[in-house]
Amino acid sequence: MICDVCAKQKATVHLTEIINDQVTKLNLCEYCAKKKGSQMEQHFGIADLLQGLADPSEKGFSGSAAKIKCVSCGMSYDEFKKIGRLGCAQCYDAFRESLAPLLKRIHSSNTHTGKQPKGAAGSGRGSAGAHSGSGAASSAAAPLLPPLTPLSETAKSSTASKQKPISEPIAGTKLAAEFQQLKQALRKAIDGEAYEEAAQIRDRMRQLEAKIKKAA
Amino acid sequence: MIDSLLSQTSEWLRGTGPNADIVMSSRIRLARNLKPYPFSHWASKKQERECLKAVHDAILVSKNLKKSLFIFMHDISDLDKQFLLERHLISREHILHPEFKAVNVSEREIASIMVNEEDHLRIQVMQSGFNLQEGWKVADRLEDELAETLPFAFDNKWGYLTACPTNTGTGLRASVMLHLPALVMTKQISRVIQAITKLGMVVRGLYGEGTDAEGNLFQISNQITMGQTEAETLEHIEGIIRQLIGHEETARKQLVKQNRDLVYDKIWRAYGTLKNSFIITSKETIHLLSMVRMGVDLGVIPNLDRKTVNELFILTQPAHLQRMEGKLLAQSERDAKRAAIIRSRLGS
Repeated sequence: MICDVCAKQKATVHLTEIINDQVTKLNLCEYCAKKKGSQMEQHFGIADLLQGLADPSEKGFSGSAAKIKCVSCGMSYDEFKKIGRLGCAQCYDAFRESLAPLLKRIHSSNTHTGKQPKGAAGSGRGSAGAHSGSGAASSAAAPLLPPLTPLSETAKSSTASKQKPISEPIAGTKLAAEFQQLKQALRKAIDGEAYEEAAQIRDRMRQLEAKIKKAA
Repeated sequence: MIDSLLSQTSEWLRGTGPNADIVMSSRIRLARNLKPYPFSHWASKKQERECLKAVHDAILVSKNLKKSLFIFMHDISDLDKQFLLERHLISREHILHPEFKAVNVSEREIASIMVNEEDHLRIQVMQSGFNLQEGWKVADRLEDELAETLPFAFDNKWGYLTACPTNTGTGLRASVMLHLPALVMTKQISRVIQAITKLGMVVRGLYGEGTDAEGNLFQISNQITMGQTEAETLEHIEGIIRQLIGHEETARKQLVKQNRDLVYDKIWRAYGTLKNSFIITSKETIHLLSMVRMGVDLGVIPNLDRKTVNELFILTQPAHLQRMEGKLLAQSERDAKRAAIIRSRLGS
């Protein structure tokens, strides 16, 4: 296919636009696409961003991530990727691990620093998964950290509070020291929003935990 | 009900306020959702109905929204939907599936709240001129009051939760409508737009997403809604708009200095055509009004106020013409009616 603009180069970028039910298709070569870049950027929706651009941070678990479902509204991550819109407020908890890097890419930050709800109806406040009236999860302990449970488990339980905790080994042993080191590294990784690294550390902690149990 | 809007001037068209020569209007939009319900596109009809009722009830007891119109979208004709769109009270998206959607329009059309649009609530406040701060104050106060009765979805880490992750956080979109004829005429506009886009801003036309910048009108808004406070977002966009105003002012001065006859010719021909036409299309009208508006701003056309010109941008839109006439009009009839209204408003 030849580029629609210069009519010389091979078209490698294919743009389909639907505005008011009018479909426009544009085939562009790399050079013309770049030239048109700033215009096109404005038309790309969030769904294009999710689908078209490979997310390096999702590498390795994109398959399982796609299958996660929000327990509250039933939307799967795959559906979200297609539609570009989430199903409900609780989806933010169900897809927390994948949304954290996405929000960062969109806004260059994934921490809200603006207005906090003041109203009496502020039962909406807390983690996204804290249903109004459930009390426990909407307390100050609302997870600031994204859940680090394996994704298969996240699919079953959408809230961080339901995750199986890693039990700490008895202090003083060699394994315990290693465990503490990993714990510190985990916190550092989460603070630095290096979620992939954090997931690896968490897995090592789990292995270590199993070893300790065996030794006991 | 909607007739009452026809006879009044929207607050944002008054043509007053800071830098009203270049900045037509300032708009603040806040996206909010009710925690118990799925987002509008994913909700069942029953959930949409319940959500609409919850918001309606909250608006009914609101002190800030006492004298407002609550309009159910399925109750009004297609023409009236178009009419509300032309007045910037609702979005295109709000027209598509009117069931269980509504809009609340406050007195003088300062605040409008779309219910069950992409988000459950889209609170919008419009001001004339460059006045984002005042718009924010009104929107903030209104949101505080509604939050007393409505459980807005909020996450401690991510802020206000919205259907699209591009709005998550503050849910704030601050936008400014600028009239930039001189930057267009001196062919500097594409360079300016490129620079603005790089600074995290979005540029659109008069009627938002996917529309052309007809009449040299450009809507500029922030893109980022997380990681900065509302005050920081406003500060950022205000800084950029101030620079843009400066560029447009310089370009206007430069144009008059170097091409006085050409500029005056364009302005007076535009004014002459508008005052003497019997058939005129919407596109030609917007183009000529832009020149006349610049003529008013530069003091070239005396005895014509900015408000009259601003109003004509909206009154000459198709649904407004048909609403004034009280019936549906074919295109040729509209073009004649448009010309008649312009002649009468410009006092020919």
